[in-house]
Amino acid sequence: MSDTNTTPVAFVRDAMLPEQAAPITAAGPLAWIKKNLFDGWFNSILTIVAIYFIYLIVSGAFPWFYNGVWTTDSLAECREILQGKTGGCFSVLTERWPQLLFGFKYPSEEYWRPTIAFFALFVAVAPVLFNKLPRKLLIVTAIFPFAAFWLIWGGSILVPIMVAVGLIVGYVVFTRLVYQSSAMGMIGGLVATVAVWMLSGYITDPLSGFLALEPVPSRDMGGFMLNFILGVTCVSLSLPLGILLALGRQSDMLIIKWICVVFIEFIRGVPLITLLFVANVVLGYFLPPGTNFDLILRVIIMITMFSAAYIAEVVRGGLAALPKGQAEAAGSLGLDYAQSMRLIILPQALKISIPGIVNVAVGLFKDTVLVSVISMFDLVGMIRGPILASTEWNGVYWELWLAAVLFFFPICYGISQYSQWLERQLATGHR
Amino acid sequence: MAEAKLQVSDEIAISIENMNKWYGTFHVLRDIDLTVNRGERIVICGPSGSGKSTLIRCINALEEHQQGRIEVDGTVLSSDIKNIDKIRSEVGMCFQHFNLFPHLSILENCTLAPIWVRKTPKKEAEELAMYFLEKVKIPEQADKYPGQLSGGQQQRVAIARSLCMQPRIMLFDEPTSALDPEMIKEVLDTMIELAEEGMTMLCVTHEMGFARQVANRVIFMDQGQIVEQNEPEAFFNNPQSERTQLFLSQILGH
Ligand SMILES: Nc1ncnc2c1ncn2[C@@H]1O[C@H](COP(=O)(O)OP(=O)(O)OP(=O)(O)O)[C@@H](O)[C@H]1O
Ligand SMILES: [Mg+2]
Repeated sequence: MSDTNTTPVAFVRDAMLPEQAAPITAAGPLAWIKKNLFDGWFNSILTIVAIYFIYLIVSGAFPWFYNGVWTTDSLAECREILQGKTGGCFSVLTERWPQLLFGFKYPSEEYWRPTIAFFALFVAVAPVLFNKLPRKLLIVTAIFPFAAFWLIWGGSILVPIMVAVGLIVGYVVFTRLVYQSSAMGMIGGLVATVAVWMLSGYITDPLSGFLALEPVPSRDMGGFMLNFILGVTCVSLSLPLGILLALGRQSDMLIIKWICVVFIEFIRGVPLITLLFVANVVLGYFLPPGTNFDLILRVIIMITMFSAAYIAEVVRGGLAALPKGQAEAAGSLGLDYAQSMRLIILPQALKISIPGIVNVAVGLFKDTVLVSVISMFDLVGMIRGPILASTEWNGVYWELWLAAVLFFFPICYGISQYSQWLERQLATGHR
Repeated sequence: MAEAKLQVSDEIAISIENMNKWYGTFHVLRDIDLTVNRGERIVICGPSGSGKSTLIRCINALEEHQQGRIEVDGTVLSSDIKNIDKIRSEVGMCFQHFNLFPHLSILENCTLAPIWVRKTPKKEAEELAMYFLEKVKIPEQADKYPGQLSGGQQQRVAIARSLCMQPRIMLFDEPTSALDPEMIKEVLDTMIELAEEGMTMLCVTHEMGFARQVANRVIFMDQGQIVEQNEPEAFFNNPQSERTQLFLSQILGH
């Protein structure tokens, strides 16, 4: 008692304490198991119950895989081999593999074309996804859509080339006129592009055999390839469109603002299936008779509008989360609207919006199976239609739907992992 | 200091005539008349809500004024975007909350505007940025991100970022009021140095020591009007209006 009282209050540290290593929290696997799985009787029971359930599932599924039959031509043959044992008829997958991938009408001797396009896609998206790769690779990205179109749909190479030429001409006109006013630039660019496209008919029609691959019409596309085409195209179109819509909704120009608001609210208030039916049936009535407006193109437009509306709302959330001072600081440094958006506001707003955008993208990719409702033969359409309806494979449900899961899951999971990696890359400390 | 004050020239940097501004129906700025000569250093003070921020934000068109005329460096502020961009690239501004760009490194914060607005080559812009970062005494932080710096350091980066545009006029809106006392001094020192080099400055601040040391004029605002302006000595020792006296007794009282 007296001792503590006599200690003086004043204190001067004369030796600084050395830094110490952080305490080791877990010591070895046994300690880990005890701490995480058998920590108290309640947790122990939960762990045991969970292990039992896992055992049930694995023990049920294992013979199904283990006894699986991979080489028959029909369900009946497969049942014969199994003779009442549990076992999967995976032979439906081996036999119908090309149909699951490409649909049942895509000419089999041309399968190499979409396959090349598929692998080229990875080269094309790599520089977009990974900032560290050389910027020159972006040339591949720019060429890819046209090359992929040529590979998948076939026909003369002049068609995609003229489409690209139209876009380039439009862009050049835009950059020339945009100094006078941005409205002039847009209209001029649009007119130039459309003019080139219309004139290009005079070149492509007579030369339709020039460097031509065997043409495959849109109605022959099918299988997972169709889901993949729709998914990739719609995601890459709806992201820029969604950003523009979000910016338009914040615009000071009332007409633009209201167009964007009405568009977003209308599209969000309508089920996607309805839009797809519109694409399938109703659009046909509005177009002049005889116009051959590609069904896949119509579906792409509808899905893109649908997800663009959602992305616009996600991006708007990101824009709203930024303090007003960011735009003011950019403005006070003399950056104009476009520069401050591109360099300051959007990079930050998009970073905040990444989880939401990925959510929409994954949802969109999975929603592409809805086209089976308007009798397109995508992966789900193939399974439900030609495969399950065939006499050989009528009744093989588990194996086929499991395959569908295995097609979609890795891609959706990959997208979500990429987005988490990207978020970590973009983290620059707290604000 | 007397020498520095001699640098004020007859050339007019900013002239504001009869300027009025409303937020909706609320009359924030009333009949503002203010002429600032090149090289002048003006401190604006006044109670909260008196319109100090609004006034200096009108000068670089962050706020729009509805009546009157503002001319900055020979350019008249109108709704013409070209004029606004021109004025903004001549006038630097520092904010109370720094407003650095958190997704860019300190160096990139400083080189961004020179590269995109002035079209300075990247290498040159980086050299310029390092020169000004050295001037505000934090060259060693160039590769860090704003989130990793203290408040005082961030505000000095913000000053360097503005200086990289080599502005002829600097506006400060309470640059020290979000800072801890120990950091206030480092920012004020930077501002004093800038003043001594003859920069035209308009500072909204309640740092009266700074006002006495560098200002040639102190302006007192209340309810959207300029109530009193004078040289610092006279302003502090012999305030004329009652409202100024009350305000000064409040902020100098303790
Ligand atoms: N965007 C706005 N909309 C409506 N009223 C506003 C807006 N910005 C400011 N005001 C009002 O205008 C008046 C002046 O604001 P201002 O920010 O210029 O004051 P200030 O003198 O800078 O005050 P402080 O010392 O608190 O920063 C205040 O009454 C404020 O409520
Ligand atoms: Mg203020």
